[in-house]
Order: sequence, then structure tokens, then C-alpha cells
Amino acid sequence: MNAQLVSPLSFETPHTQATPMSVAVTRAGKLYDLRPALRDISLTIPVGARVAMLGPNGAGKTTLLRILATLAKPSTGRVEIEGLDVVTEANDVRRVVGYVGHQPHLYDELTARENLLFFARMYGLRDGAQRAGKLLERVGLRAKANQRVRTLSRGQTQRLALARGILHEPRLLLLDEPDTGLDDDANALLAELIRERADSLTTIFTTHNLERGLALSDTTLVLVGGRVAHMGPARDLTVDAVRAWYTRAGRRAL
Amino acid sequence: MMNDTRAFWQQTFAIIWKDLRCELRARQVWVSMAMFAVLVLVVFNFAFDLRVDNVAAVGPGALWIAFVFASMLGLGRTMAAEQEHGSLDRLLLCPVDRKALYLAKLLGNLIFIGVVEVIAVPVFAAIYSLPILTGMIVPIVLLGTLGVAAVGTLFSAVAANTRAREVLLPLLVFPLIVPVVIGAVKASQALVSPVPNDPPWIGLLIAFDVIFLSISAITFPYVIEE
Repeated sequence: MNAQLVSPLSFETPHTQATPMSVAVTRAGKLYDLRPALRDISLTIPVGARVAMLGPNGAGKTTLLRILATLAKPSTGRVEIEGLDVVTEANDVRRVVGYVGHQPHLYDELTARENLLFFARMYGLRDGAQRAGKLLERVGLRAKANQRVRTLSRGQTQRLALARGILHEPRLLLLDEPDTGLDDDANALLAELIRERADSLTTIFTTHNLERGLALSDTTLVLVGGRVAHMGPARDLTVDAVRAWYTRAGRRAL
Repeated sequence: MMNDTRAFWQQTFAIIWKDLRCELRARQVWVSMAMFAVLVLVVFNFAFDLRVDNVAAVGPGALWIAFVFASMLGLGRTMAAEQEHGSLDRLLLCPVDRKALYLAKLLGNLIFIGVVEVIAVPVFAAIYSLPILTGMIVPIVLLGTLGVAAVGTLFSAVAANTRAREVLLPLLVFPLIVPVVIGAVKASQALVSPVPNDPPWIGLLIAFDVIFLSISAITFPYVIEE
């Protein structure tokens, strides 16, 4: 992505210009019933970055994730993932994007294995059964593989959702508050799974747990009122600084 | 990755398999639909003073009202169940041709309604004493159900995003399926009491099925996406 193409208000992650870009957002905006959820956002994220997307409620975090996941279309601007346009090349984008939301969104009446096999078929994977077996083992659900999802605990269901999110080996993983409902062990597993794939996997996640967000990421993206308030190395940011943005945003909203 | 046509059919059958398996385990819709269809037939039998000379005129109408009412129960659940669990979004995140999703939901609905009809038609034949159990009832029921399901599957996706979906779905679907229901009732009447020079009702059913299927398949991807 050519940095000159984006607006003066563009943000780039702290990597070299030669690093291939995973995500390029150019002057993207999103309106819901004429109410702006995102305003003229421009940013680039290189391959392999771990981006914590932070911001108070209503900042536009979920909207941006939904656009990157092809679940919503930008009202203005252009959003590309690995050079693919999320609107005109949506199906190609879907093959390289994985998504884990704060709700598991699994089929309660299917078993853990059946859920993974179903999504393997949706992604056209030939070795779906093999991948499902390996992932069930990896997320500690091998013993529960043949149990229906409705009999699993919230934490187990969220682990299964995580396995489903990486089943097709995405190159961009979007996580919308994935730590909701996860215990400490499962959160550690999530961090491990991300770090194991650090070379090839770009991760963007939202969280309200600022400490965990800053620890897991190498880049922070702070959204306030649908705009990028800050983007830079995670090490340059403290929890107090992020909280100060939240407080200022809260005052403006009053 | 596989070629597009193979992927299309694999995804279609995977969604049907998933819906059938979930329904067979939960048994939420099938039993209610079948019970409802049989109850409508019984109530109509009591509500009308049916005699030998008028049963052939009234009976097929009652049969199709039972089918259409029972179908609404199943059609309403088609997308609503996905929407309630948030799994519709998850399905839309997959690289699935939206027409494959429509076809899968349509075929799934046809199977659900078909099972109800297999139960309801013999019950109807017994209660109303009409010779409807002939080979010709199969294409009539199939074509009539296809028309209802084609429109119903499309509008179940429209209604799924609304709060009053149970009310909205019949309001949207009933006016549109009137020609199909009329054609199916008349074709069923012709089966039990043939009339000379009757219009080609089966031809009308085929024509409306083709129209409804084409429009629904084209429109569905726009309805389901944001």
C-alpha cells in the first residue's frame, strides 16, 4: 500500500515500508441510519502485526471489524485485505479471514466435532476431519468432541469457537472481545495460538481488558467517536493513557 | 480448494444436512407443523357441514389451507433459528455462494413441509372420504409446495431481521402465493372431481414456480447481505 494514497489523517503500524500489508483502509466511513459509526478512517496494518483495537463503547470498533470481516460494507472509502477489496471481492476475502466474536455462534444441537466439520465443508477443506481432530486436541476438547455444544460450558464453547475461527488457517484473524467468558487458562491458550502463528497471521482484536490488550499486542489502535485517536507501538502506550482517552470521549458525549 | 460447481453443491448439501440434523435432535418444528396441519383438517371438517355433494368442492381448499398454515410455522423458523443464535452472521462469513444458501434453505423447507404433507394427505383422505391418494397428487403437492416454499424462504430472511417476524412473514407471503394456492386447490379439485375443459392448472403451477424461484434466487443475496 502506498502511504501517499491515504489521507493526511492516516495511520501506519510501526513496521518498515517494505513489509507487505495485510489491511489497508483508505478514507473509510460507515453510516447507520445517517448516524456516523466510522468517520474517514485511513490506516494500514502489515502482515504479522498483532493489533489491539481499543476504545470506549460506541467508538466504532465492532463496525470496523465487521467491515474487515465482510459482514458490513463501508459507506465511503475503500477497504482492502491482502489487496482484495472487501466489497467487490468479498468471497476471496472470506477465505483469508477468520473471525471469533464474543458470542460463540455455534450450533447447539451439533456436537463439537460436527460443528467443525460443518464449517470445514463451508470453507471447502478437503482435510476437514483431520484439521478438526487436531484443533479439538489443541484447544483441550478432545474428550468432549462428541458432545453436543449445548452441554458444554461457556468457556468450552468459546474454545470451540476459537478452533472454528482458525480451522481454515486464516491469514487475518479478527477477534471481537474473545476473552469474554474465557477463564485464565483459555486466555493463555488464545495468546499461545496467536503467538504460534505470529509469522504469517495478522491479528486484530478488541477488548475492554486494557492490560491484556496491551500485553498481547505489538500495536495499539485507539478509536474514539468513530475516528482513529492513536495508532502506534503498544510499548509506547500505558493503560492510564488509554483510560484518559476514554474519559475525554465520555466527557464529549455528555 | 475445489472447483466452484462442486463447492456450490457441497455447501448446499452441508447446510441441508446441518438443518436436518439440528431439527431431528431438537424436534421443535416438525412435530408442531404436523400436529397443526392435522388439527386444521379436523377443525375444518367440523366447521363445514360437509356432505357428499359439496365435500369435493370444499375439501381440497381445506387441505391447502392446512398445508399453507403449517408451512408458515416451518418457514418462519428457517432463518429465525440462525438469526437468534447469531449463526447467520457466522454462515455469511464463510465463502458460501448466497444462492447455495438460498437453495439449501429452500430444499430443507421442502423436506420439512413434505414430511408434514406425507402425514396430512392420508389423514385428509380418511377424514374427508375423498379419493385423493392417486399418483397425480404427488406432482400437484410438489409444485404447490415449491411455490409456497420459494417465496417463504425469501421472506423468512426478510422477516428474520425484524422483531415481529412471526406476524410479518404470513403478511408478506400470503398475498404473493395466492396464484399458487388457487392453482393447487383447483388441480386437487380436478383430481377428486374432474371437470371437462378445465384450465391447465398444473401448467399454471409450473409457470408460477419458475417465476417465484427465479425472482427469489436473484433477490435473496441482496436480502441476506447488509
